[in-house]
Amino acid sequence: MDTYNSLAAFAQTWGLVYFVVLFIAVVAYALWPSNKDRFDEASQIPLRKD
Amino acid sequence: MASTAKRSLTLEEGGFAVFTGLIALYCLMAAAKTTDAVMAFHAWVGLALSLIGIFAIFKGYTKRKENPPQTIDGLPNYQLGPIKFASFMAMFWGIAGFTVGLVIALQLAYPALNFNLPWTNFGRLRPLHTSAVIFAFGGNVLLATSFYIVQRTCQTRIAGNTAPWFVVAGYNAFILIAGTGYLLGVTQGKEYAEPEWYADLWLTIVWVVYLLVFLATLWKRKEPHIYVANWFFLAFIVTIAMLHLVNNATVPVSIFGTKSYIVWSGVQDAMTQWWYGHNAVGFFLTAGFLAIMYYFIPKRADRPVYSYRLSIVHFWSLIFLYIWAGPHHLHYTALPQWSQTLGMTFSVMLWMPSWGGMINGLMTLSGAWDKLRTDPVLRMMVVSVAFYGMSTFEGPLMSVRAVNSLSHYTDWTIGHVHSGALGWVAFVSFGALYCLVPWIWNRKGVYSLKLVNWHFWVATIGIVLYISAMWVSGIMQGLMWRAYNALGFLEYSFIETVEAMHPFYVIRALGGALFVVGALIMAYNLWMTVQHGEVETASAKPALAPAE
Repeated sequence: MDTYNSLAAFAQTWGLVYFVVLFIAVVAYALWPSNKDRFDEASQIPLRKD
Repeated sequence: MASTAKRSLTLEEGGFAVFTGLIALYCLMAAAKTTDAVMAFHAWVGLALSLIGIFAIFKGYTKRKENPPQTIDGLPNYQLGPIKFASFMAMFWGIAGFTVGLVIALQLAYPALNFNLPWTNFGRLRPLHTSAVIFAFGGNVLLATSFYIVQRTCQTRIAGNTAPWFVVAGYNAFILIAGTGYLLGVTQGKEYAEPEWYADLWLTIVWVVYLLVFLATLWKRKEPHIYVANWFFLAFIVTIAMLHLVNNATVPVSIFGTKSYIVWSGVQDAMTQWWYGHNAVGFFLTAGFLAIMYYFIPKRADRPVYSYRLSIVHFWSLIFLYIWAGPHHLHYTALPQWSQTLGMTFSVMLWMPSWGGMINGLMTLSGAWDKLRTDPVLRMMVVSVAFYGMSTFEGPLMSVRAVNSLSHYTDWTIGHVHSGALGWVAFVSFGALYCLVPWIWNRKGVYSLKLVNWHFWVATIGIVLYISAMWVSGIMQGLMWRAYNALGFLEYSFIETVEAMHPFYVIRALGGALFVVGALIMAYNLWMTVQHGEVETASAKPALAPAE
């Protein structure tokens, strides 16, 4: 196969795997129970007065 | 300790002074050697600005008694000067950019207004309008808010003293060079990337300093978490740097001339341009302003963001999807079909993070909806988020190839862009400035909420007139272009479609005029806030601090 076709084939297959894995990782990180306290605390940052 | 000399010319001041001196030297050489009139003009402007810069550095040094401390009475000593400057410039360029937009809208309705002069014709004024509103107005709003938010959410003074000034002043110098270049006929011909190579190189330097200042401030933060708004700002700064470098890979004909040639060619160049173009929308006009949303709406509504977890999913999915959406600008072109489909698919998927973000912004007000009735500033920001939702619904729809065959090259695109630019970007910026100006000038609040209310309604009616006129005009134009008669010939000549659009062009100009009026009301209101606003009493502040 020429370069163009092999690159296109790579993008059309492994690209899907890349995005699915990435998305699962992000959602897992966001929803991980032990991260909850950190995120709750971070959400208060703009409201702090000084 | 206290007796030792506190004041010294820092390495930072010296470094910037020497560097600006080298720029001045180059400008002088270019002014002497060039045969290009615009280059000579820009060289003189550059020389003048460099000398002002060096003068300002030494003036700053002689004026201050000591190097600015990091904290005062245990509280961070925030650097507000560059934020004030960028806020002022944002308002200035905003009015200039909106006014030029009104002028070109009128030119489309009444071509005589081109005045048959090269400097005032539509072709030169149009990039002046787009650059002034996106990069000058939007860019200064982003500089001001990012420097404010990063200091506040990190509980630390910004990194550097001269560097933040260099960023805001250098950025506005870039705008001046770019804008005057367009009027004098200097352009690369790339949409939203019109400035020529020397302006691009200068912007690169300014942008790298911006990134370093931002990163160094995050590095010295006192707050363990990096608040989500900073993630959006960081994505904006890093991605714009990358896009700018790749799309402006040009070779100048001479280092003393304005003209350059791009290294890409053909469909690769087109793809690079729209990879740049759409991500300027995604990372400049979206990620940067989402950072504003994630800080200013919670702050103004006095409640935390609806879901911090959703903001994390929003951030990562938005930045990983946006970067692939560019090919939807090149449907039915020489670009391979699968790339077009890829661009279209990613654009449709973008709907999810966009609406996730919109819901997150809107739901932040749950339980506090009554504030919309009493606080026009908050209302402005909430309406901006609603416009964000609307234009990010419309965008994916228009990226679908079948819809694009009707919408592309028509006024529908212009309408779409303006529902995003006026409704989302400008409104969230207005809201942010109405909050920011009283805060940084130490005022109790904005001079007149009544005037904010006027601004809100005048501008909203302006936007509605603008976008509805463009929807009708665009869809009509698209339908007329594809209409065939019984014999298989085109039903309408091109000029007939132009004639049919005239009334809508007039309505659009009226909408634009209302938007300009709104901005003038705002400028007056902010000016009065700074000049005559009630000062936030100094005694109240330290008294509050120990209680926190």
